[in-house]
Amino acid sequence: MTFQTILFYLLAALILWATGLAITRRNLVHAVVYLVLSFFGSALLFYLLGAPLLAALEVIIYAGAIMVLFLFIIMMLRGEALREKFHPRRQWLPAGCMGLLFGAVGILMVLHDPAASSPLMPAVASPARFGQHLFQRHWLAIEIVSLLLLVALIGALLIARRGGRRQNPAAEEPA
Amino acid sequence: MIAPYSHVFLLAGLLFVMGAGCTVARRNLVMILLGFEIMLNAGAIAFVGAALRWQSIEGQVFALFILAVAAAEVSIGLALIVCIYRRSGTVAPDRLD
Repeated sequence: MTFQTILFYLLAALILWATGLAITRRNLVHAVVYLVLSFFGSALLFYLLGAPLLAALEVIIYAGAIMVLFLFIIMMLRGEALREKFHPRRQWLPAGCMGLLFGAVGILMVLHDPAASSPLMPAVASPARFGQHLFQRHWLAIEIVSLLLLVALIGALLIARRGGRRQNPAAEEPA
Repeated sequence: MIAPYSHVFLLAGLLFVMGAGCTVARRNLVMILLGFEIMLNAGAIAFVGAALRWQSIEGQVFALFILAVAAAEVSIGLALIVCIYRRSGTVAPDRLD
């Protein structure tokens, strides 16, 4: 039982605890804050598993940008978003049964794999090596992803603007 | 020595189930989108663990692409939520027309 083993199980417990709290909160702001905690735990896990660049990106993109975007939207919808009714209890029974079945099958499948039981050896992919590999072998995928981000940017602008126009057509006419 | 890969995979699987449960069970569009984020993060954790297991950097490359796709998905999804809220005044998926 090395220090890294203890760290891994602590981080796993932290991530599962924070995520479990996040998905059961009725208040959306609390859910987002717990999810930020969960993503910080994921970033530490990435660092432990030898991906320092991904750990930094996880903090910047997931815990920073995406969650702040969620907070902005929740503040826009405030009042409305806090009133949420959960599903009736009779729908929880089949959902719980399917979840337990999935969990049992997954645990059995993972534990019965003989090759997967040997412990992982620590290794680090330095950001410089990672970046070189990325831009030498996967430059086309990088271009496609950047195109995807551009399309998402334009699409988000168009969707949000058109939604505002239909709501109050009078504001459209002077323009 | 860190931990067996099966335990990393189990953690990713549990997170994925939590995200899927959040997506299916909650009746709020924002929480449904948060469930998607949890699922994508679980996939990224599985990929990074696999990269260490097979000593190959490709898994980390895939995790980076997952991050980029998550950013694109969440921007479109939140724009759609704003659009839906402006048109119908609600973010509950079962109260939409």
